[in-house]
Amino acid sequence: MSRVASPTFRDSLSVSLTVGAYGVAFGAAAVANGFSVLQSCLLSLLTFSGASQFAVIGVIGAGGGAISGITTASLLGIRNGLYGVLMAPILKVRGFKRVVAAHITIDESTGVSLSQESRGESAMREGFWLTGFGVFIFWNLFTVAGALGAKAMGDPSAWGLDAAVPAAFIGLVWPRLKNTTDKFLALTAAVFAIVTTPFLPAGLPIIGTAVIAIIVGLRKAK
Amino acid sequence: MDTLWIGVIGTSLIAYALKIAGHSVPERFLTHPLIKRINLLVPIALLSALVAVQSVTTKSAIVVDHRLAGLGAAIIALIFKAPFPIVVLSAAITSAGVYNLL
Repeated sequence: MSRVASPTFRDSLSVSLTVGAYGVAFGAAAVANGFSVLQSCLLSLLTFSGASQFAVIGVIGAGGGAISGITTASLLGIRNGLYGVLMAPILKVRGFKRVVAAHITIDESTGVSLSQESRGESAMREGFWLTGFGVFIFWNLFTVAGALGAKAMGDPSAWGLDAAVPAAFIGLVWPRLKNTTDKFLALTAAVFAIVTTPFLPAGLPIIGTAVIAIIVGLRKAK
Repeated sequence: MDTLWIGVIGTSLIAYALKIAGHSVPERFLTHPLIKRINLLVPIALLSALVAVQSVTTKSAIVVDHRLAGLGAAIIALIFKAPFPIVVLSAAITSAGVYNLL
């Protein structure tokens, strides 16, 4: 019984609800970028990683090819792999459970789990599973709502849906800008992407900034 | 199969492959400080580029329109530490307002 009211449960639920609600923005943006309701929902079910999902609809919606969209989305998905590295020794699961754990290894499940460290490993596991499943359920429900809503609305610009996508991206990147290097990189990447858009095939102005990030990372290491 | 379906399926397959790979490789391979730092920086660059491209370009042209007003509203919301849904909503409302008035 006490489990229901546990602090870990409360942390997981509040994160799941608030983050899941962003699914509305994704569903609406996906439809505004030309994806069908089914395709929007499949992205949330199967890709299940917000930044990657926004990236693939953003790049393809802007006229980029499938490869550009997939590459940008996948570069953003690499961090989930690193979360898996952190979570595996804590979860200690094999077989089917590991298959499921991998799918729900995202920013939020990893973040809540690691934030439970002071409550012990079982709380960390609980936080991971509760948040992972919680975000999965709400994210998908809200995606359906957003996609259907956008479809009913018609002209995306009249409802501001075309501005919702860049707003979602800046909302995702803003909390990551912790120091001068981060901010310098963000501005450089933005300028690079704009300046090269008229010359490079769609998608490359975005993917190219990953190279800038690697150069900045290597320079800082010296 | 069209671009959209390839995008949906390809993104989903690779996203899962990356996740399961993380759960399967020995920790020491990916915990090098340089890898960790680059892993923090790459999303910053990509997301910033996406912000820029989505707000001031259309196809291969630089276009300043209602979306930039929306982005401005989002930035103001972020400066005031508004939660994510408010950030997106204020951008949408501002952009829609400018679009419908102009």
